[in-house]
Amino acid sequence: MAKRIEVSGLNVYYGDFKAVEDVSMTIEPRSVTAFIGPSGCGKSTYLRTLNRMHEVIPGARVEGKVVLDDQDLYAPGIDPVAVRRVVGMVFQRPNPFPTMSIFDNVASGLKLNGVKDKKKLTEVVERSLHGANLWTEVKDRLDKPGAGLSGGQQQRLCIARAIAVEPEVILMDEPCSALDPISTLAIEDLIEKLKDRFTVVIVTHNMQQAARVSDQTAFFNLAATGRPGRLIEMGPTKQIFSNPNEKATEDYITGRFG
Amino acid sequence: MSSTDGTGPPDRPTDRAPGPKLDLGPVGHLGDRLFAGLARGSGGLVVAIVAFVGVFLLALAIPALADNNSSFLFSRIWEPGGDNPRFGIAALFYTTLISSIIAMVIAVPIAVGVALFTTYYSPKRLAAPVSHAIDLLAAVPSIIYGLWGILFFAPILRPVINGLASALGWIPLFEKPATDNLGVVFTASVVLAIMILPVVTAISREIFAQTPVAHREGALALGATRWEMIRMAVLPYGRSGVVSASMLGLGRALGETVAVLIILSVPNGNDPWNSSIFAGGETFASKIANNAAEFDSPEKTGAYIAAGLVLFVVTFLVNSAARIIVARSGPGGKRPRKNRRTGDKAAQTEGATP
Repeated sequence: MAKRIEVSGLNVYYGDFKAVEDVSMTIEPRSVTAFIGPSGCGKSTYLRTLNRMHEVIPGARVEGKVVLDDQDLYAPGIDPVAVRRVVGMVFQRPNPFPTMSIFDNVASGLKLNGVKDKKKLTEVVERSLHGANLWTEVKDRLDKPGAGLSGGQQQRLCIARAIAVEPEVILMDEPCSALDPISTLAIEDLIEKLKDRFTVVIVTHNMQQAARVSDQTAFFNLAATGRPGRLIEMGPTKQIFSNPNEKATEDYITGRFG
Repeated sequence: MSSTDGTGPPDRPTDRAPGPKLDLGPVGHLGDRLFAGLARGSGGLVVAIVAFVGVFLLALAIPALADNNSSFLFSRIWEPGGDNPRFGIAALFYTTLISSIIAMVIAVPIAVGVALFTTYYSPKRLAAPVSHAIDLLAAVPSIIYGLWGILFFAPILRPVINGLASALGWIPLFEKPATDNLGVVFTASVVLAIMILPVVTAISREIFAQTPVAHREGALALGATRWEMIRMAVLPYGRSGVVSASMLGLGRALGETVAVLIILSVPNGNDPWNSSIFAGGETFASKIANNAAEFDSPEKTGAYIAAGLVLFVVTFLVNSAARIIVARSGPGGKRPRKNRRTGDKAAQTEGATP
């Protein structure tokens, strides 16, 4: 249920502009890896290359390798649609489908996979909502629109939607930045729980959050505006926050810049 | 002391030297006043014009309606004027509605298809020329559509009509008429479909392009193909927009005059009335335009004006329906406020769950 990701020599371009340069890293299964760094350093862009969501943006392309379970996601013959069914994603702003009920939102991914059996759907929806710590709050109104929930509940609904298809990896792009502190705490608790079953990768601007939830932390930075973002340092979260190897990392986490 | 005039807040230091009193009087809103007057005048003028049109139609129609010896709404006879004026709009109403509805049934799926193609499928290089080509259809004058329709397009449609009539002829709507004339309701409908295609396409395209990236990415991130993404995110978001675009198209088709006038062959007065779309007929607009030369007595004129009034009301209702649909469910398929806030109570206990 959880797989290792090995990235080597990855460059990301938007047209002619090189946005991310030469990133290599290993993301361990059943762990939480946090990407931190100043705005515009390419961490979200890089995150999107892990399930080929960057291809939605016109002109974006990638060089290098992302290997998941011995398969290069960028090898010829690999369907990005199939990749995204294995590597799920949760976005910055909660984005439940506004016209769908809570139930249909969670079931939407399964329906894409051709699951029609009502009993199976009901079972997976309940399990996923339990998995996203949302079941007790919504169990009496599964047929109500998902857009009627609060922001934090919507985000947990999106997480339930992502885990319903049983992906190997879940990518989260600043999942709490649009939420209030209490909702943020609920999501952080949830991330802790998710790592028992999934490989979780999270981009965050909140360094306390990275310190609280992650096992590994990767620090991204860019030399100057207009230069590509780079991976400066990656290591166990404890070490990055207490005793980083690089001066830039230390400056960033102590709040001296960024 | 600046606070002696009562305007200074109590916590402001008051040891500043008293300066000249601040001038807070009127600064001259001449531009404001002029523009407000202009805007009000223009708005009032539009309302007045609409009201005048309504009053004009009513004033001319009512005397003729009072003399009418036939049921205005349900009769198919049209013999206004003379000693025994008898006229009803049933046939006109039927032809107008059926031709416009068929036009919509043909145009809307094509328009939605083209709009989806230009927004989500075609490469950028192709999207703009295709959109422009469709928009150009709106620039063709309706007289050209009429001439093209009857001289060029109607003969091409003939085999289609024959095929449909022999396959579905047992339904009265598709019954094959005795004569083989070209100017049938179906041909007019197809030409009307081409005429309303640009407006329906343009509005659908706008609304599809506005689908929030978040919804689209949400679908794609679940492993949706492009078509699945369109079904999950784009179509639900654009549904109300497409409905209102169709209504606008319908409104245009209902009132279209010249093209329909040229294409439709007027049935012979002695023939029995035929409900088939493969027969000729007359719409409100084409009937009035065809008989403009007959407006020689107030009674006759009044009858045509009354027919025009019905068209006016129908078009008005269609446009209102479009507006109500749009207001009820704006882009994104938003529910009315009442239902949307169901999460409020639960939101307060957010995060308290294990």
